[in-house]
Amino acid sequence: MTQEHPSIAIAAQARGHHAPPMSREKVFEIEDLSVHYGDKPAVKNIGMDILHKNITALIGPSGCGKSTLIRCLNRMNDLIPSARVDGRLLYHGEDLYGPNVDPIQVRKLIGMVFQKPNPFPKSIYDNIAFGPRIVGMAGDMDEIVEGALRRAAIWDEVKDRLNDNAFGMSGGQQQRLCIARCIAVEPDVILMDEPCSALDPISTGKIEDLMTELKEDYSIVIVTHNMQQAARVSDMTAFLIVELTADERERWGEIVEYDETEKIFTNPSDQRTEDYVTGKVG
Amino acid sequence: MEATSIGAGGPGRRPRLEAPSRRWGERAIQGLLALCAVLSVVTTTAIVISLVGPTIGFFQDVSLGEFFSTEWFPTFEPPQFGVLDIVAGTVNVTLWGMLFAIPIGLAAAIYLSEYASPRVRKVIKPILEILAGIPTVAIGFFAASFVIPIVQDVWPGGFLGGAEKPFFALAAGLGIGLMIVPIIASISEDAMSAVPRGLREGAYAMGATKAKVALRVVFPAALSGIVASIVLGVSRALGETMIVVLAAGSTPNFTLNPVESIQAITSFIATTATGDIAQGSVTYESVFAAGTVLFVMTLAMNMISIRLVRRYREVYE
Repeated sequence: MTQEHPSIAIAAQARGHHAPPMSREKVFEIEDLSVHYGDKPAVKNIGMDILHKNITALIGPSGCGKSTLIRCLNRMNDLIPSARVDGRLLYHGEDLYGPNVDPIQVRKLIGMVFQKPNPFPKSIYDNIAFGPRIVGMAGDMDEIVEGALRRAAIWDEVKDRLNDNAFGMSGGQQQRLCIARCIAVEPDVILMDEPCSALDPISTGKIEDLMTELKEDYSIVIVTHNMQQAARVSDMTAFLIVELTADERERWGEIVEYDETEKIFTNPSDQRTEDYVTGKVG
Repeated sequence: MEATSIGAGGPGRRPRLEAPSRRWGERAIQGLLALCAVLSVVTTTAIVISLVGPTIGFFQDVSLGEFFSTEWFPTFEPPQFGVLDIVAGTVNVTLWGMLFAIPIGLAAAIYLSEYASPRVRKVIKPILEILAGIPTVAIGFFAASFVIPIVQDVWPGGFLGGAEKPFFALAAGLGIGLMIVPIIASISEDAMSAVPRGLREGAYAMGATKAKVALRVVFPAALSGIVASIVLGVSRALGETMIVVLAAGSTPNFTLNPVESIQAITSFIATTATGDIAQGSVTYESVFAAGTVLFVMTLAMNMISIRLVRRYREVYE
């Protein structure tokens, strides 16, 4: 449903071209991507294909550039003046960093949920309605809000207090509200940057269940510190590590291994992946 | 006291739990700090009390009905004490000053907080803060010698033919506006910069443009600071003296017309309380009565704004 959004020129165009089986369709094709902040590299030599309606996890130690990488996918790095992105990043076959691509439009299609729940200091209702209002979505706002809250599986908890301030909710509810807020503008992809790192295990479980449900309609990319989480929810996993120059002056993240999650966690090809997922290092 | 009694001691020694001294220095510091805090409250109270006595004396001679009417000529014979003339003068100047200062100040704050590069902000912000410190007598002189001729040129006659006057409210209003723009811009910018980055990112990640992030996320989240800056600006405008003395004229006039010559409460006090009025006379007491009115206006302003902020602000965290 989301893919047929009429204003989505790039998505629609890409669909017309090739028609591989649904589960193998690529949302992102990344080739030789690198990001620098100023003249310091953050990630280098990134190459991976992210599949449609799959959950793709990025794991790895602190400072390996997972967040930097995920922020390339909806051009959030544009907001950091010193950030520079090189290489190829195709979204449904179209260059995401092409000259005619509008980052505002990109972010309507590729939403994001952050590490710390960041609801607006407004009512629950206005938090959800914010996105549809600013992008000028047509339709009954009450229905849009209810629909988004239902899909984020939080409707029953909030339906009687839609006008209460979102800051009165628990952290886990706030994060699910943020997911609902993201869904409300009907994106194609949802990026999640360590969405559960500030939450307790029960809230984390609810978000993981939600992600599995959302996979029906959306492609999800998740950065996580929690290897069990990646193992539980994701279909594909990329393991990144920190590389250093010999003099340790520069450090950046690189992908060691990218494969089906089951393989990464049970039979990785690279010794470094095995050491990390079995807890020998990191 | 033995040197060994500081730590928990060795085996067999009882650890010492009593304070080694009475810590008089600690108490002295606490007392000194409390004294300074109390001092500011005491001075404010003293000012209010000094206003009350002569004001009560004033109302023994002048009825409330006469006081809250127009025609303010306390130094004429017979004197007239219709305070609304100079209240209108103060409101007149404040109104036009704020109409000038609020939009420009807020626009500057939004620019500095959301649009300007760090380098531009680093240059402009200190300049703004220096502007806030220009002596108001200089601004008043600038208003009288520079703003008045310009207004007379671009708006000959004003409406109702007012701008023929050598001094008028708009000139002082613009001067006060100039004085207040940096206050509003600087404090509002602080409030907007303090809005967590996460809120902005949340909006950007949904496809919000910069303007929408600034106006619909950052501005409402910073509202309490913004209102505080405006209230501070209004308080400064109500109490401003030099600019109105120099540029607004000295004709009590019950009007909000910007091109009429007016007298504000402050300029009445400044020009009347010169030492040649007889202590205890009604004219002398009228200065205090006018001061009380100004005090009440500022107080009301602050109370209203506290209410407004409580009601509309968006609290983050």
